Amino acid sequence: MSYAEKLIAPQAAPRAVAKPMTAARLTGYILVAFWALLAAFLILTVIKGWDPDKFTRYGPRYLHGLWITLSIVALSVVFGAVLSLPLAMARMSGNRVLNGLAYCYIYFFRGTPLLAQLFLVYYGLGIFRPQMEAIGLWWFFRDAWYCGVFAMTINTAAYQAEILRGAIESVPHGQHEAAAALGIHKRIAFFKIVLPQAFIVALRPYGNEIILLIKGSAVVAIITVLDLMGETRYAFSRTFDYQTYLWAAIFYLAIVEALRHLWNWIERRLTRHLKR
Amino acid sequence: MGGLFSALGSFWSLLVHIFDPLCGPVGIFTWLAPSTILACGDTGWGDEIALGLQVTVSVAIVTLPIGLVIGFLVALGQQSEEKSLRLAAGIYTTIFRGLPELLTLFIIYYGMQILIQYLLDIAGYEGPPVEINAFVAGVIALSVVFSAYCSEVLLSAFRAIPKGQYEAGDALGLHRGRTLRLIVLPQLVRIALPGLTNLWMVLLKDTSYVSIISLSDILRQTNVAVRVTKEPFFFYGIACCLYLVLAILSSFLLVYIDRWAKRSEVRR
Repeated sequence: MSYAEKLIAPQAAPRAVAKPMTAARLTGYILVAFWALLAAFLILTVIKGWDPDKFTRYGPRYLHGLWITLSIVALSVVFGAVLSLPLAMARMSGNRVLNGLAYCYIYFFRGTPLLAQLFLVYYGLGIFRPQMEAIGLWWFFRDAWYCGVFAMTINTAAYQAEILRGAIESVPHGQHEAAAALGIHKRIAFFKIVLPQAFIVALRPYGNEIILLIKGSAVVAIITVLDLMGETRYAFSRTFDYQTYLWAAIFYLAIVEALRHLWNWIERRLTRHLKR
Repeated sequence: MGGLFSALGSFWSLLVHIFDPLCGPVGIFTWLAPSTILACGDTGWGDEIALGLQVTVSVAIVTLPIGLVIGFLVALGQQSEEKSLRLAAGIYTTIFRGLPELLTLFIIYYGMQILIQYLLDIAGYEGPPVEINAFVAGVIALSVVFSAYCSEVLLSAFRAIPKGQYEAGDALGLHRGRTLRLIVLPQLVRIALPGLTNLWMVLLKDTSYVSIISLSDILRQTNVAVRVTKEPFFFYGIACCLYLVLAILSSFLLVYIDRWAKRSEVRR
């Protein structure tokens, strides 16, 4: 039997293999360099065109616009969620009439642009002014901010109803049967067994819907609401300074990215019992 | 040469007129609303709205192939082994999926205008201020947004194709390009089609934004009609209905495309 009498002396690490410069690598470097140059150019224009007077005049307005955007989105998400529950129920019910009505509602609001819906609500409902004054709703539809919230609410309700329906139908039927076998009342089974499982499925689509709504909320600027986009347009029309749009872009990107990461965290947290 | 082009142009406009669904010889407005506010011609707004419909449809149809090609390239970049390429593609999708479509449109519309003016100033151009075409700016902005979303759809479709398919291509001695074209692409289309269908519907709705940079699409034309006739509910309702009809028609068409893409799939 033989054995090693001497250990192998430590060797130098093998030389790193030099990666060849392929076409993909070259393209990648060129594109990254392009992005870096663009970023440098934008930063340079911001520094060169920095005007403390503009900053003090429009800075607070931007922050106010940001607040308006966030409040419109938050309100319409909440009201849309409330409205979407009966819609999803109607869509899943066996009643032909209810089902058809909910289907038409959802199809209409998902098939037409938010901008057209906004015009329809803000300008279109104006011709019913006498009727609305009679029932005391005119103060609501006269105001652009209320109209923006209303149009976005009915728009997102359609999308959220579809998300909710898909999620509820994705819960296996055995869950209903198990609840029935345990003698749990149907309503309690729905709220305590089916809905929590449906929400986990619906979490990601809900996050996407909120992001889409934040991006879509920019159109309320067209009906003279001074949200982030509205303030940007205002500042641009006063100064003709291209930076105004860059600042808005930074704000929107920051909101969307923050929300995306927050949503990833929430999803990881809520689904940790499903990880194996 | 000029005569040929003008003949072709007039032939094309005749063709467009014949097949115009609103104001053509068999158009809806021609038959159902000859003497109302929607009449075609100088008395009504039918022909203006028909023109808007043409603009909306052509913006969407021109945007689609450009967006698909850019999206495909970006998806290839995102799944490449080269780190810098992934980084560049990631920056692209992050920016254009995060910005509101309206803001992207403004940034491209005004940005291009300022950039071209700047370059011309350097080149020593002296003349009237440049104004770029709203159609071009709209198509560029929409295809940038479309391609950012499209690349994500295609990327997930790429990931759904097993590696064995590429290896099978190698085993058959196919070149990389041929593997991609003959083996991967047909499966890719099949997997990505539902996602792309959604994106097409979103694109149809997003075309309404070009009305804001004063391109005369459906919404812009109805806006003009409303300003003159003071009938906002009626005209915006018509605009909504037109978008709805476009969505319904394209969903019918997409069913056929889906069936075509799945023609060689195993029947279960």
